[in-house]
Amino acid sequence: MLQEESDLSLIIAQIVQKLKGSNLYAQLERQAWACLQRPEIRLESLKEDIKEFFKASGWEKKLQNAVYSELNVYPLPSHPSAPPEHLKEPLVYMRKAQGSWEKRILKSLNSMCTELSIPLARKRPVGEQKELLNKWNEMGTDEPDLSLFRPVYAPKDFLEVLINLRNPNYENGDSLSFRTHLGLIQVPLKVKDIPELKECFVELGLNTGQLGIDDSTQVPPELFENEHVRIGQKVLVQQDSAAAQQYIRQGSPTALRAELWALILNISSQPEDILYYEQLKTNVIQHDLLVDSLIYKDVKLTASNDDYYFVFEDYLYQVLLCFSRDTSVLSHFAYNSASPPKSYIRGKLGLEEYAVFYPPNGVIPFHGFSMYVAPLCFLYHEPYKLYQIFREMYVRFFFRLHSISSHPSGIVSLCLLFETLLQTYLPQLFYHLREIGAQPLRISFKWMVRAFSGYLATDQLLLLWDRILGYNSLEILAVLAAAVFAFRAVNLMEVTSLAAAEAVLADLSTLKVMPLLQIFLFATVT
Amino acid sequence: MSRQKNQSYKAHGLPKGKEREQRTLIRFKTTLMNTLMDVLRHRPGWVEVKDEGEWDFYWCDVSWLRENFDHTYMDEHVRISHFRNHYELTRKNYMVKNLKRFRKQLEREAGKVEAAKCDFFPKTFEMPCEYHLFVEEFRKNPGITWIMKPVARSQGKGIFLFRRLKDIMDWRKDTKNSDDQKDEIPVENYVAQRYVENPYLIGGRKFDLRVYVLVMSYIPLRAWLYRDGFARFSNTRFTLSSIDDHYVHLTNVAVQKTSPDYHPKKGCKWMLQRFRQYLASKHGPEAVETLFSDMDNIFIKSLQSVQKVIISDKHCFELYGYDILIDQDLKPWLLEVNASPSLTASSQEDYELKTCLLEDTLHVVDMEARLTGREKRVGGFDLMWNDGPVSREEGPSDLTGMGNFVPNTHLGCVNDRKEQLRQLFRSLQVQKKAPG
Repeated sequence: MLQEESDLSLIIAQIVQKLKGSNLYAQLERQAWACLQRPEIRLESLKEDIKEFFKASGWEKKLQNAVYSELNVYPLPSHPSAPPEHLKEPLVYMRKAQGSWEKRILKSLNSMCTELSIPLARKRPVGEQKELLNKWNEMGTDEPDLSLFRPVYAPKDFLEVLINLRNPNYENGDSLSFRTHLGLIQVPLKVKDIPELKECFVELGLNTGQLGIDDSTQVPPELFENEHVRIGQKVLVQQDSAAAQQYIRQGSPTALRAELWALILNISSQPEDILYYEQLKTNVIQHDLLVDSLIYKDVKLTASNDDYYFVFEDYLYQVLLCFSRDTSVLSHFAYNSASPPKSYIRGKLGLEEYAVFYPPNGVIPFHGFSMYVAPLCFLYHEPYKLYQIFREMYVRFFFRLHSISSHPSGIVSLCLLFETLLQTYLPQLFYHLREIGAQPLRISFKWMVRAFSGYLATDQLLLLWDRILGYNSLEILAVLAAAVFAFRAVNLMEVTSLAAAEAVLADLSTLKVMPLLQIFLFATVT
Repeated sequence: MSRQKNQSYKAHGLPKGKEREQRTLIRFKTTLMNTLMDVLRHRPGWVEVKDEGEWDFYWCDVSWLRENFDHTYMDEHVRISHFRNHYELTRKNYMVKNLKRFRKQLEREAGKVEAAKCDFFPKTFEMPCEYHLFVEEFRKNPGITWIMKPVARSQGKGIFLFRRLKDIMDWRKDTKNSDDQKDEIPVENYVAQRYVENPYLIGGRKFDLRVYVLVMSYIPLRAWLYRDGFARFSNTRFTLSSIDDHYVHLTNVAVQKTSPDYHPKKGCKWMLQRFRQYLASKHGPEAVETLFSDMDNIFIKSLQSVQKVIISDKHCFELYGYDILIDQDLKPWLLEVNASPSLTASSQEDYELKTCLLEDTLHVVDMEARLTGREKRVGGFDLMWNDGPVSREEGPSDLTGMGNFVPNTHLGCVNDRKEQLRQLFRSLQVQKKAPG
């Protein structure tokens, strides 16, 4: 009892500490001062009256949402004497692996720099600044020569690193047993099995209404959809993050989605936020970074070629170029196993006073990175709003898809979860694919790294991301990947090569996500 | 609200009384070598006839029609894919004339409010005969942009934008000069149309919508609306400052294909379902409902305006491609109606759309005499107008005329045509087997 209480007070202290530095605190203080003028505030019961006022005016709700947001994002403190690296990643061998992966990426980036003799950063001449400012809304029309640039890495390079991950303290033994994991990932992390997943994703069950299933044309809207929309509107009126997060587990109506996501992510566009975005824009105009070319190349290669996202090309530049200059993103490295790459002012290598993070936000984009932003363009149309949502999605979820960690939503766990589900519940298929040299993870890895963006139809993707937000976890990506394999199992059993297996799974654009998930979790005889 | 007729027992255009002959072999002819040919060749029981052979079905081009229709005898069952004088609807100058006349008539009969429903066509003047009227309008609205379009050409050829009368003066001089040199070039008719300056933009780009409407007869008017269609995007970002940039303002795929930015892989098209979802997530479902019902209004009124003029030959049907532009207030504008919408596919998705569109067109034309004539939906086509509005509801319509009338259109909605066709043909087979 005592332990729990002291844990709780520790958590409260940490959150209070965190929020004290935030904008919300300043606003609450201002409001408190302002409300002293009101007649209902009496000196004798000052504290209670102010609390009442906050409750009635909705400020308490905002505070609640902020606290809820903190609880969601920041991992709970474990042991008071645990070093900060533990917050990033408790397992030493994972930290080491992430460290050497980062070294490789940097080496690749540096060698590209030297080869092309391009500086990592340079200040733009005034003429160029003016030109860029004029073209800000249509940067997609630019066709710079990017032929010499290559993406720093692609998902398949990252997969190779994960395949070679080993826990030095774990001895598997050479003999094969029924426990032997036959997949590519060979680290002993705990992953959920179907009964546990059923408990975790209980709202996706057969008896609960879902958007993506119970709003199909054959189902009369009175049965579920109308009521669900009504509740959604109520949630928005209440402005309660926690309620929204619970609500969205059953999917979000199209018209309410933009607001619901903003509520769950606790994004409200204050004037300060708009100003901050404008400041980032100024940074982009004034300085040119090498990573900008990488971003350009990525957008041109991926989103611009997509049948649906090509329309949003300009927005992608406006978001990603600003993103690389946003130093507030650095704070997420406290709980990310990755660390921001450091660069040194010329001639001062090794001297910490002359170290800067490069890029300023510490995130080096890889091939396909722009696809994290593209689906959001469907929902948000003001650049600053789109930017805020993307940034929050990144520091809550997407970063886990390309850093090595033991977190249950980290890509390593997702891969292991996927393979385990397949091996346990579709053993014949798994064995067959393995025999023909088509390890399933080699096909599904790229889906998970991109959170299925660009592979599913947009409306299906948004329904999937609804659940990511609702459950605050990426595990659903692994479950969906397994469900896709289960769905196409018959065809896959007939293929005899990796190329043929890829072909069977090349086009996911016709899949309906929610029925697949429901059948796999709740309607398959295990 | 117009008085609703009892819809449930009205067939859609099949001769009453005698049984239609079931044909087992249908001889078709066409000159088009694209998706249409694929669809016709794959249709069971249909064989191609070449050159001078007799045909039961001809998907002709308009030039053939112009030269041969009047001296071609057609048996009762024969079908041809155009109406003799379709140009009343599809040539921009005739359409404007017909619409203006219809509007006046509507104002006389039903009042200003009803007539205002015809205001979906940007102000247009025929050149050169209405030049003076145009100048009057031009002077009333200084500074706005106008677009000059040749009456009969397609694919964006010959179009230009202007803001000053000087620009047309120059153009008139140019055309006059060239006429002097060569007498064979006919004087082409143009229309000057008010350019919609505040188009709805997605991703900073302008787009227009292509919608397919199938008309089986004009008297009585029977029209079907296809659920699928697409939005065609301009490759470059919209700005009024670049009037000379042909590529920005014309979203016709034919023009886009020559734009320096054009990448064939992109295709720059969105299916209507995607477009409808995008709008719904941005403006909410009610606004989208209103927009789409305004578009229904465009289709109906435009067809009604030429109803009395077009020669409604029972052998004829026509698949129109409507081009619609949406402005920032979510108001749809009719740009033009095409009698020969492009059937060439620009991408795999496009190929599938056009194949299904043509298959369903042939189902509705029903050379095989399978339909009863009471269907409200065939594949992706919904019966939109059957000598009166068609309701989505089943059974006899609300006789009080006060009920909530939901029109039977599903543009941009889910198109589960395969299942629907399967069910339809199965039930038709059962009906045929049933005695009596």
